[in-house]
Amino acid sequence: MKAYEKVVIIGTGQAGVEVAFGLRANGWQGEITLIGESADIPHHLPPLSKAYLAGTATAESLYLRTPEAYQAQNIHLLSGIRVDAINREAAQVQLADGQALSYDRLVLATGGRPRTMPADCGPLAEADNFCYLRTLSDAERIRLQLVPGNRMVVIGSGYIGLEVAASAIKTGMQVTLLTIADRVLDRVTAPLVSSFYERLHRAAGVDIEVNTQIAGFEMSADQQHVRAVVCADGRRLDADLVVAGIGLVPNCELASAAGLQVDDGIIVNELMQTSDPAIMALGDCARFHSSIYNRWVRIESVPNALEQARKIAAILCGKTYRSEAAPWFWSDQYDIGLKMVGLSDGYERIVIRGSMEQPDFSVFYLKNNRALAVDTVNRPVEFNLSKQMVTDQLLIDPALLADESVPLKEIIAAARAEPNYA
Amino acid sequence: MSKVVYISHDGTRHELDVSDGVSLMQAAVSNGIYDIVGDCGGSASCATCHVYVDEAFCDRLLAPTEREAGMLECAAAEVKPNSRLCCQIVMSPTLDGLVVEIPDRQW
Repeated sequence: MKAYEKVVIIGTGQAGVEVAFGLRANGWQGEITLIGESADIPHHLPPLSKAYLAGTATAESLYLRTPEAYQAQNIHLLSGIRVDAINREAAQVQLADGQALSYDRLVLATGGRPRTMPADCGPLAEADNFCYLRTLSDAERIRLQLVPGNRMVVIGSGYIGLEVAASAIKTGMQVTLLTIADRVLDRVTAPLVSSFYERLHRAAGVDIEVNTQIAGFEMSADQQHVRAVVCADGRRLDADLVVAGIGLVPNCELASAAGLQVDDGIIVNELMQTSDPAIMALGDCARFHSSIYNRWVRIESVPNALEQARKIAAILCGKTYRSEAAPWFWSDQYDIGLKMVGLSDGYERIVIRGSMEQPDFSVFYLKNNRALAVDTVNRPVEFNLSKQMVTDQLLIDPALLADESVPLKEIIAAARAEPNYA
Repeated sequence: MSKVVYISHDGTRHELDVSDGVSLMQAAVSNGIYDIVGDCGGSASCATCHVYVDEAFCDRLLAPTEREAGMLECAAAEVKPNSRLCCQIVMSPTLDGLVVEIPDRQW
């Protein structure tokens, strides 16, 4: 790996941009080309469901870097250009405008797109008041339709659905949130954390309907407008605006078409290489083997994208990189900041520190006396300590953990001092 | 718009003109000062925008909140009396000429 090689990065989300700047910061001398299908200046996504919808963030405040910073770092930014294909034999990417760009190293940071409603729900693509949320223009479209007193139906009870509901109710919309699950955040949190969030939303005035399947939509005659959401049990909900947040589909088509190994994500090894070592992938679109969880995972989170971007930059520049750290996530709803570290799937028991009424608490998801994951609300210090606890898979005494009079710092220190406990 | 000087651990000086109301973390990251990280986006939740504030300016800053003080304990580099998370330092005219040193590591 020589520093004068050409790097081409596909994708101008946080992953791609961080690779570009990370390479320069690590001393990369060669050409760096960053190609994005979006014509927008590369920007943060998380505020789109929060501050941007609330109208408290301008598009400019969302920029990942100032437009001048790309030039200053000699990063060639090609915005608004689609990549049609990767030609591995020629080591080129074929752009929609006819250009072919040569690469020595190619980085796929293609991200994901919203999962769409099943086709049998009818034609929604043309409807002006049916939205998914991923891009700035999606957020803009939603924001312009947040009208006090209007009726909004949110479909999905993951982070996006809940954050959109929280932002919308604050603007004075009447908000109903429908989910097929039996509780909100069911894929990521324990039932008592779900209940905490359901109480929070209901107190704010959001009507949450669980176990609710969507049968279809009642459309205007010209199909340009959703009039109502129809549930499988026959209920019909009038809607001025419908937003669906029902998951993310990784953008793997370029990789698949180029013959790279793909399985709900572009498969990468511990050096972030795809099945072609000249091509790396990271972020929302990449699937890797987690040494912490000993299974293949694909992580949809900004910190994971940043962590992997820094790892790629270090690897390409021949620098040391940090070993796998537990992934972390955050969600802001109302004035409550939830911060989570780790993946809780397969936990056997939970231990709570603090009070859910305050709210000021941490929830530890344990398996064999090791924390798989920790959710925290208003406990930044415990959150940060939990990152170490999960990453290092420390053996923890659950009784000690449940005792608020013992600081978490001491519990971790004790675990490190006696690694063979249990 | 006021001037801020960031000094990296290797001695590199970065001078930025920062608009009032913008945090020092935001200004550094958006201008490509790579050794200020700001992973959490500026909510005093990650301690990756740790700086040492020039003593002459310490008194002009609002004291750290309990949350910031707690997070500082989690910083990767040595914490000193003039340690701050620069996402919590918001530019204002009284801070013109502010000098901050960036520690050797953020995470």
